[in-house]
Amino acid sequence: MSRVNRTASGGRIDRSKIINFTFNGQRYRGFDGDTLASALLANGVHLVGRSFKYHRPRGIVAAGAEEPGAMVQLEEGAQTQPNIRATQIELYEGLTASSVNVWPSVDFDVSALNGLFAKFMTAGFYNKTFMWPKSFWMKFYEPIIRRAAGWGRAPDKNDPDIYDQMHAHADILVVGAGPAGLIAALEAGRAGARVVLVDEQSEPGGSLLSQNRKIEGLDSSDWVAKAVAELRSMPDVRILSRTVLFGYYDHNYLCAVEQKTDHMPLSQRIGKVRQRVWHFRAKRVIIATGAHERPLVFADNDRPGIMLAGSVQTYANRYGVMPGKNIVLFTNNDGAYETALDLTQAGANIVSIIDVRREAAGELPTRARAAGIEILNGYAITATRGRKRVTAVEIRAIQKGARQYTSAGRWLDCDLVAMSGGWSPVVHLFSQSQGKLSFSAEKSCYIPNISVQSQDVVGAANGTFDLASCLLEGQFAGNAKSAGLRKISVVEPTEGQMEPFWIVPGSVPIGEGSAKHFVDFQNDTSAADIALATREGFENSEHVKRYTLTGFGTDQGKTSNINALGILAGLLDKPMTEIGTTTFRAPYTPVAYGALAGRNLGRWSDPVRVTSIHKWHQENGALFENVGQWHRPWYYPKPGETMQDSLNRECLAVRNGVGVLDASTLGKIDIKGPDAAEFLNRIYTNAWMKLGVGRIRYGLMCHEDGMVFDDGTTARFGDNHFLMTTTSGNAAAVLDWLEEYLQTEWPELKVYCTSVTEQWSTISIAGPKARKLLQKIAPDMDLDPETFPFMSFKEGTVAGMAARVFRISFTGELSYEINVPWNEGLAMWNAVMAAGDEFDITPYGTESMHVLRAEKGFIIVGQETDGTTTPQDLAMNWIVSKKKPDFIGKRSFTRADTSRGDRKQLVGLLTEKADEVLEEGSQLVFDQFAPIPMPMAGHVTSSYYSAALGRSIALALVKGGSGKEGEKIYIPLEGKTLTATIVSPVFYDKEGSRQNGEI
Amino acid sequence: MLLIECPWCGKRHETEFQYGGEAHIARPEHPEELTDQQWADFLFMKTNTKGVFRERWNHSNGCRRWFNAIRHTVSHEILAVYKMGDEPPKIEAGEADK
Repeated sequence: MSRVNRTASGGRIDRSKIINFTFNGQRYRGFDGDTLASALLANGVHLVGRSFKYHRPRGIVAAGAEEPGAMVQLEEGAQTQPNIRATQIELYEGLTASSVNVWPSVDFDVSALNGLFAKFMTAGFYNKTFMWPKSFWMKFYEPIIRRAAGWGRAPDKNDPDIYDQMHAHADILVVGAGPAGLIAALEAGRAGARVVLVDEQSEPGGSLLSQNRKIEGLDSSDWVAKAVAELRSMPDVRILSRTVLFGYYDHNYLCAVEQKTDHMPLSQRIGKVRQRVWHFRAKRVIIATGAHERPLVFADNDRPGIMLAGSVQTYANRYGVMPGKNIVLFTNNDGAYETALDLTQAGANIVSIIDVRREAAGELPTRARAAGIEILNGYAITATRGRKRVTAVEIRAIQKGARQYTSAGRWLDCDLVAMSGGWSPVVHLFSQSQGKLSFSAEKSCYIPNISVQSQDVVGAANGTFDLASCLLEGQFAGNAKSAGLRKISVVEPTEGQMEPFWIVPGSVPIGEGSAKHFVDFQNDTSAADIALATREGFENSEHVKRYTLTGFGTDQGKTSNINALGILAGLLDKPMTEIGTTTFRAPYTPVAYGALAGRNLGRWSDPVRVTSIHKWHQENGALFENVGQWHRPWYYPKPGETMQDSLNRECLAVRNGVGVLDASTLGKIDIKGPDAAEFLNRIYTNAWMKLGVGRIRYGLMCHEDGMVFDDGTTARFGDNHFLMTTTSGNAAAVLDWLEEYLQTEWPELKVYCTSVTEQWSTISIAGPKARKLLQKIAPDMDLDPETFPFMSFKEGTVAGMAARVFRISFTGELSYEINVPWNEGLAMWNAVMAAGDEFDITPYGTESMHVLRAEKGFIIVGQETDGTTTPQDLAMNWIVSKKKPDFIGKRSFTRADTSRGDRKQLVGLLTEKADEVLEEGSQLVFDQFAPIPMPMAGHVTSSYYSAALGRSIALALVKGGSGKEGEKIYIPLEGKTLTATIVSPVFYDKEGSRQNGEI
Repeated sequence: MLLIECPWCGKRHETEFQYGGEAHIARPEHPEELTDQQWADFLFMKTNTKGVFRERWNHSNGCRRWFNAIRHTVSHEILAVYKMGDEPPKIEAGEADK
């Protein structure tokens, strides 16, 4: 294909550098400086995709971020990206792209038949259609819609690219390097401020790259070059091009994504950072984001070759591309006249300028008339022709406000329509920053009104459309002190008043006949859909948006929102000022997940905590489970063992011999101070003042609402010194809890808390032979149960190392927890293993630990409790002090709800059949024949097979359960109902005789 | 994301802090003397202010100290920070109210 639509000269492209690319399998050539969109247009390709719902042929409408339709699938394989706007892809050698939402091809699309069924696909079609039977939806609608709707394909491989993140602070952050942003950055930089200038384009300049102006006697592009050169010479100014400011958050925190290699051939990107997310904190933000042109809403205004006038001007002036040869302009303002003049100069034939205004006598219309261009005032386009490219438009004389036009129609042949419905300030970032907008009737657009954060909005983003005023606003924002001292001379055409014109009917009223008046090109929303929404009672702009899908999708309605509101205002017969915009949310344009993740991937996504003994566990075949961030041994399967085999072996070893557990992950908090005992007395539910030095006590912590929050043992090392243990996953939360009370409620208490979880390795040996084992490696330690009783500890030498030995038990067996400094953990573990060899010592993991404790009816916080469980619910009244006047949670135990008799209470369950192991979480009912929905009686909290008992056991929370021992309870499952008997939660060694082990 | 001034560490990102809810709600000295209604009010009922609001923050990923802040709940403007136990500065309105 030849480059049929290239101008003879001009543009900011390098015609000496030819770039080869492929679109839909066809090879094309463009120039360095092109976007994919400009290169396609240069090659005469207007048809680039199919619309979302009706699969109508669609082309390129705009030239920037506002493009609603021209989305492509960029590249293939792992690097493929869906739904990228062709207008924002810089052309590079070897680029490969294809249309989205087409099947089998963009030229012949099966789903275009949807267009024939358009009647059934109006607003709210999803909500209405899918009220049909569910089976119909699953089998019929969903597969078809999944294939037909939607856009590109997500990559199915890991993203191979590298992303990173940067943080930066600025005195002044300028968003947008158009004229207002450039002069603002210059003034701020000259005043010595630390400035960051962010711009989404490949080069600074904004509208000055598209429009020919004179500033201070220079051509606009030369003025830009001079300004950029001065900015680059300032050491405290940073210019970030190809950088989209996508989010404006609280306290002037803003995020941008910088494309660093996306404009390079794939082969040159290897090893380089593809995109970088910038996190800015700015003292002041200057929003200079410009404006987006609005389409006009007329019959079949979506055909390829119908484009925005300002964008056509950009293609002609910036890219040297003439998107058509015979051009009709359709406008309600003077801007399109300048496009017509520029196009004429570049050699195009202007068929006619259709202007809805009765009169157009300003500078630009006068010049256009003088250039011999036909101007039809008081006319509108009322129909279009052309399947894959517009070929003709019908025009009629109009009466403002008429529902339909009955004047005679006339057809004009053309291959391009350049339309302009006026301009909408890009207020997205201002709105994201919580700024309030107001509708300017004079300018027919929403403009920033009240700022919430430290910011200025300048230029077209502020509704200021003439260059001289843009520059003045920029100067003031950049440096209010010096601004105005230096007047900047500008040569630009004066523009006359625009006339809002939200909808152009045809020879029949909107919604009648087959023509569609598109408002949102991306979501295929037409004016008739909005009318339908109002007929069905949706009048609030947020409701209309959701019912019609206007403003959804990847473009977030950049070209459609204001037209939709204008049409809505007309339908409701309300002024625009009473309609109100929908909410603008981040991101401004889509951001790749990879960029947001940065380097925090894989093993860097979340810290992994392991104990000092971890290597041994790995080398000895342990499988691991995650407990918080900890990786803990789960069980240690031997060759050929099933999981249950391993658990049976590990549990029986503890019951009959000796087992060893790495308990180092247990939270440990060192508590010191003269008021430490008093503090514990207030935190725990039981009494602590009289605990003797050298002794240990189990404690339960509740929140003020009386619900159990954590449990653990605490040892007293001295009058003023305790060591508290917490559950592994809750250690940080408990420390926070203690600190909160010490700092906020009881600052008078002299207590200091220090986390020592990672200072002490804990090796727990459990089983009848535990004493014999410990005595072997601690020959000097007196282990006599009389002098080293249950719930006490000793300090001494174990295996040649200084150790703290706690005699506590979570298994019901004789158990010692040997604590040594973290870096000696592995040495101690090895010593225990060597000494335990003769007792056939068996390492066991968390799963066996859970079985062993459940056999004893010991709770696990977070498993038997869920934040609605009191100590009384757990049958742990014995640990709630009656004597203490106050402790955290006490007052709540007598509230009406916590003292109810039918609360869910902890019970044991024995299934009818010994080998049935219930699913944890199973729902329980008292009456298996109760009508559905059955009243629920509770749920299973823990359930295991107990090798020691030779049957299954379960713990459950059951309504009024503590008074129901011996009663039957049922577990309804799909196709069957299991039966269990309510029993005591203590299944094994009810007398507690085993905790002394073998003497 | 808020920029919060810890009275000990200076201005830091919100991600370093934990929110602690409404400030100046003292735990009753004698909970046992309260009716169920009064106790429930203490436990569950918090002011939902539109405007100037005194609240607690914890610099949990920093110095781990609790402190109070006065924040405008509409604009998120932080009008003052002060240490636990200090008298709150008298601030009735923020920029957003002017």
